[in-house]
Amino acid sequence: MFLWNRSTGDQRGQLVSGELYRELRSALLGDEPVVLATVTSVEGEAQRHTALAAKLVVRPDRRCLGTLGDPELDRIATRDALAALDRGVMVTRHYGPHGEARRAEVSVFLEVFAPPARLVVFGAVDFTRALVEVGKVLGFEVTVCDPRPVFATRARFPLADEVAVEWPDRYLDRLGPQLGPRDAVCVLTHDTKFDVPAILGALRTRVGYLGAMGSRRTHERRWLRLVEAGADEAELKERLMSPIGLDIGARTPEETAVAICAEIIAVRTGRAEGLVTPLRSAAGAIHGS
Amino acid sequence: MKEVIADIDRWQAAGRRVAIARVIGVEGSGPRDAGATMVVSEDGEVAGSVSGGCVEGAVVAEALAVLESGTPKVCTFGYSDDAAFAVGLTCGGTVHVLVEPLDW
Repeated sequence: MFLWNRSTGDQRGQLVSGELYRELRSALLGDEPVVLATVTSVEGEAQRHTALAAKLVVRPDRRCLGTLGDPELDRIATRDALAALDRGVMVTRHYGPHGEARRAEVSVFLEVFAPPARLVVFGAVDFTRALVEVGKVLGFEVTVCDPRPVFATRARFPLADEVAVEWPDRYLDRLGPQLGPRDAVCVLTHDTKFDVPAILGALRTRVGYLGAMGSRRTHERRWLRLVEAGADEAELKERLMSPIGLDIGARTPEETAVAICAEIIAVRTGRAEGLVTPLRSAAGAIHGS
Repeated sequence: MKEVIADIDRWQAAGRRVAIARVIGVEGSGPRDAGATMVVSEDGEVAGSVSGGCVEGAVVAEALAVLESGTPKVCTFGYSDDAAFAVGLTCGGTVHVLVEPLDW
């Protein structure tokens, strides 16, 4: 068995061959979130306790298996692993021999295995069906939520993972705390009595993407209602993508779903205000030449 | 990594040793992101990929060598690297691949 931490003889020595992989395998097969931290380079005095390929498997409850060779390094890497898991991004971090910041003797690759990000669509309208389909293609766990039982049916949204017949604000009170930076909320009702509580509820979550559909006129009216209802205008400007979607001239429900999903990707990757143009940053007609 | 678990299971059940290669970093344009995983059994069977097919052959050779030596290794393939250019990473990027025995 290859033992990277033989020199220090600490807890790593108690692991048997295959134990880290078994832990990782069981998390992956169970769709449970997990991070595999691996040392990818090590220099200088750090080599006394840390070796290339030393590993730490980190679960969201901070439960860890393995070691990078030093308890302080493990502690700092665990903190960074959990932050990477939250954002759903793979990253390499650099540390001193004991996890010190602004040093680079040890490089650790944080390989993030996150369960599918969530897409919650409020409004069981025709555009919703296409958005559910494109969302599934992108690997989202998709929920459709609408308080009207006639519209919110499994039969209309066969690909949705969940169809909730519920008011948006109640749904978000219940499940909003689970939403994080990787997740998306799309409000497609364009009816202020549904839109406003849905947007206000979503603003109280940590959801990474929040978009609302509607013409520029609908958008302006909705904005006023949101501000009247107590929404902070600066926060709306920062977080609300409205009118929803990138300005790619989308017309059909399917094209619109692609424009919305492209915007979700652009917001996640930090490109929304740069190389591509969200509709909210463009002037003029949404449809037409 | 999830997509290669079934292959690892099958090889390990047959008592074959396995090497694992993971992309740990990409500079410039690269076909696969960090985390892309390829596994190689000791008799040269392959599952998964670490590029668009350009460097897989070289990675298999490294994987078999690593099973021999038992020592993990970081391999770099890139435009600026003559040997890697020979194996043809044509996109102009550089990929760093950690190759190691799956004995952890």
